[in-house]
Amino acid sequence: MTDLTDLTIAEALSAMKSKKISAEELTKAYIKKTEEGRKYNAYVLETPEVALQAAKVADENYAKGTERALEGVPMGIKDLFCTKGIRTTACSHIIDNFIPQCESTVTQNLLNAGVGFLGKLNMDEFAMGGSNETSCFGPVVNPWSKDVNLVPGGSSGGSAAAVAAKMCAAATGTDTGGSIRQPAAFCGITGIKPTYGRCSRYGIMAFASSLDQAGPMAKDVKDCALLLKVMAGHDEKDSTSSRKAVPDFTKVLGQDVKGLKIGIPNEYRPQGLNKDVEKAWDAAVDMLKARGAEIIDISLPHTKYALPVYYIIAPAEASSNLARYDGVRFGQRVDGAHLDDLYINTRTQGFGKEVKRRIMVGTYVLSAGYYDAYYVKAQKVRRLIQNDFKNAFEKCDVILTPTSPVSAFPIGDKSMIENPINMYLNDVFTVSVSLAGLPALSLPIGLSANGLPLGMQLIGKAFDEETVFKTAYALEQDAAFKRI
Amino acid sequence: MADFIIETPKGKWELVCGLEIHCQIVSKSKIFSGASTEFGDDANVNVSFIDAGMPGMLPVLNKECVRQAVKTGLGLNAVINKYSVFSRKNYFYADSPQGYQITQFEYPIVGEGKITVDLSDGTSKDIRIERMHIEQDAAKSIHDINPKKSYIDFNRCGVGLMEIVTKPDFRSPEEVGAFLKKLRSIVRYLGTCDGNMDEGSMRCDASISVRPLGSNELRERAEVKNVNSVKFAMQAVEYEAKRQVELYEKGENLKQQTCRFNPTTGETKFLRFKEFSDDYRYFPEPDLPPLVLDDAFIEDIKKNMVELPDAKKARFVKELGLTPYDASVLCENKETADFFEKAAKGRDAKKVANWIMGDFFAMLNAKKLPLEKSPISADKLGRLVDLISKNIINGKTAKDVFAIMAETSQEPEAIVEEKGWKQVTDTSAIEAIVDEVLQNNPDNVAAYKGGKNNLLGWFVGQVMKQSKGTANPAIVNQLLKQKLG
Amino acid sequence: MAVDSKTVQKVALLAKLKVDEDKVEATKDEFNKILKWIEQLNEVETQGVEPLVSVNEEHLVCREDEVTDGNIKDKILANAPESEFGYFAVPKVVE
Repeated sequence: MTDLTDLTIAEALSAMKSKKISAEELTKAYIKKTEEGRKYNAYVLETPEVALQAAKVADENYAKGTERALEGVPMGIKDLFCTKGIRTTACSHIIDNFIPQCESTVTQNLLNAGVGFLGKLNMDEFAMGGSNETSCFGPVVNPWSKDVNLVPGGSSGGSAAAVAAKMCAAATGTDTGGSIRQPAAFCGITGIKPTYGRCSRYGIMAFASSLDQAGPMAKDVKDCALLLKVMAGHDEKDSTSSRKAVPDFTKVLGQDVKGLKIGIPNEYRPQGLNKDVEKAWDAAVDMLKARGAEIIDISLPHTKYALPVYYIIAPAEASSNLARYDGVRFGQRVDGAHLDDLYINTRTQGFGKEVKRRIMVGTYVLSAGYYDAYYVKAQKVRRLIQNDFKNAFEKCDVILTPTSPVSAFPIGDKSMIENPINMYLNDVFTVSVSLAGLPALSLPIGLSANGLPLGMQLIGKAFDEETVFKTAYALEQDAAFKRI
Repeated sequence: MADFIIETPKGKWELVCGLEIHCQIVSKSKIFSGASTEFGDDANVNVSFIDAGMPGMLPVLNKECVRQAVKTGLGLNAVINKYSVFSRKNYFYADSPQGYQITQFEYPIVGEGKITVDLSDGTSKDIRIERMHIEQDAAKSIHDINPKKSYIDFNRCGVGLMEIVTKPDFRSPEEVGAFLKKLRSIVRYLGTCDGNMDEGSMRCDASISVRPLGSNELRERAEVKNVNSVKFAMQAVEYEAKRQVELYEKGENLKQQTCRFNPTTGETKFLRFKEFSDDYRYFPEPDLPPLVLDDAFIEDIKKNMVELPDAKKARFVKELGLTPYDASVLCENKETADFFEKAAKGRDAKKVANWIMGDFFAMLNAKKLPLEKSPISADKLGRLVDLISKNIINGKTAKDVFAIMAETSQEPEAIVEEKGWKQVTDTSAIEAIVDEVLQNNPDNVAAYKGGKNNLLGWFVGQVMKQSKGTANPAIVNQLLKQKLG
Repeated sequence: MAVDSKTVQKVALLAKLKVDEDKVEATKDEFNKILKWIEQLNEVETQGVEPLVSVNEEHLVCREDEVTDGNIKDKILANAPESEFGYFAVPKVVE
């Protein structure tokens, strides 16, 4: 028998339905991989008993013929999603003992569909980072690493690494400025950040509320389509969640892309763009062209301002969202003589360096006298960035860009540790999409000269994940990327 | 206008004061969560994960709070803003679980309005409303259980509040008092806030400054926080204004500050200067899209608005012939006005008003009963007045009947019947008593005839006594005069 | 707009964080580097542009006024670092 962890979710579901394999066998295979893969530090908490219990229920449902959409699928959950009764930490010392008393809507949707949770996945602290190095549980190792340990990307680094190393059938991720797409690209897997409002944010520890979106990270496009259908949907507990109906995304997979207008933004090809990345991009363009898609040059003129806008808005919102971590109602407390000392001691010792840096920047840009110069200015440019996309989508149906300007880099890279801006620059291709609230998927397209995965990003119109999936599926067929 | 000028040997000063009033919104559940707003339960019982600021929790707006705010806005004769935005006010405090309060800043739900207040000298004055917005209430800290700890109870946290901000239009403590009473009356009429200042469901902050009389400048102000009665608000304003005058006359300056009012001493006490930590870093609440009201929603509220005190008062004067003073007393709260209207329906409204404002209020006061617990219903009081109007009993007997009704809640007719107090209007029967009294008191008859006219009252009294109060006093008077010549 | 050490300390105070004396200079420099970088935005002409508050174009929908939550005191207090008599406890707060 082949390794069950090689199966995609679609394959595993059909194997379980036809009783070729049981949910228990599948789950055990992943648990074994999880144990073997501990060197990657992808899981911060393993919950094999939880997954096995779910598998038991799943097998009963298969026996009765009452199986649900994702019955018996073992998944890993980013440690930003509150899971009832299962420790949830955002990979921050400040709440490293937190046991949620309720379930996030997205994970509840997965549970309702029959998913079992293998454990909680490592990430950058409060999703702030692009390399998973800010986690209080230490960095995650990219399974593609050879002689040098490479980062898996971030912030959903544990999720990407776990999927790549087959330590789960799929994982949840969250994306604020690229946190699903960039690690997916670095680890050679597929991930989609849906349109803002598609997935409920209820029960996900907030980083930047106007940007945060949950999404699936999986082995291929079809699995992402299956998962997103289950994860998404209106939630009355989240006032920003959309009431638009969620289509069956798998229906469009395999549809012809002939005549589809693919936008190629000029601004994403700066001078000195990494040659491997450029080559992969050109190859992807050729694949779509060969299928009869129309390639359109477009312009997104405010692209270069997306990063500074993001690094005003996201820290501003974060500075407020993270105020609740004060040592009073939950989490770690570091005592003080007065309440103020308690706050200061708790927060200074509980938060890591990058989180504190962003809280400081966010606090400053909102403070009296600077609000208009920074925050309001950023909101205005954010509008211009959104308008750029609106204009571009007058001319094209979907936009194709690289996901990241680089492939995975070594853990502990000096230039990035010494200058956080160098780290921020890695998000250059992903943040504008987040600011505009659009759906974007990253899929592996090929390998760099030194054998590391490169990702392509497909950006769609708001709530048009279908075109994104359709195009991605076509590219996936042609790229025939070999997973680990 | 009622003058309030602080006069010292050195000069004359004028008060400049504005108010911020927090009114707890009447609703079943909290403004952003489904937890109950019930007051007085065990600590942390009426608390959801949202109210306790747990990670990942999100606010969902309560429609009733919006409706109540619009209703109140209409009651303040104010502009209703169809587009409003929630903002976060960021500050760390034990009573602020999220580390911010969800409120409205740049775009409040209610814009400018005004309230007319009546003053003791018979004049009235418009107080302008600058804005009103909705927000969440804070938790409560309890300091007196443990000497080393403060305890936090989140039951109140997240109850809806309306914050009403006036322009600095107040020139006297009396105006402050009149405004608070009027505002309380309006929100109670509307049922949007129960207006109980002593329970904290209505709380007042006053911004106070003074300036030389005749000048137009606006000087630094002191903000007196959380005053919990109308009387205290008036005292606080007066004390603080005088304190500031003293300060200026000593050649000192006032620095913007926050104070607290001490009801025991009647003084304001310095708490702190405005400082850097008052930088609240407001920004639009990303968890809530803008609130957009449609016309139908507002129209529906307008259609179902209750008659407000001003309109009711005008109607009582115009249609029922009450004096403006009586009308305003009866209209101060809706329950009294409703009681009055019910009792007065189809009757002499003035007579009913007199009964309510006289014996009836006195009875409630003596028994320390609220109107809704009154032993005498509006209907029964009305029927008591009927008995007088129909000459079945006289005014004096009515007071006795009233006293019995207050004790037993009996029907007035039954009391009259039982006691045999039905007034005798049969002239011949009364005449017999009159004759008897005259016959038995020849000395007084002689005295009367000799010019002691004031003895008439004594004769009336004797006749009434003999008749056990049932004789019609008018007939008694008439007969006596006739017979005494 | 470059910030000075005093501002760094003030911002830290607002955020309830402490910057150690010996790290203030370095924090200030890093802060200024980031501010300088984000000030690229000044190049963009934004006159007449409406600030984007929410990418979600759907309006706010309210819930009905019903009591659907609460009465979960144990769960509310489950993660409390310190609680007594059903209250959260903190060092004495004096106004």
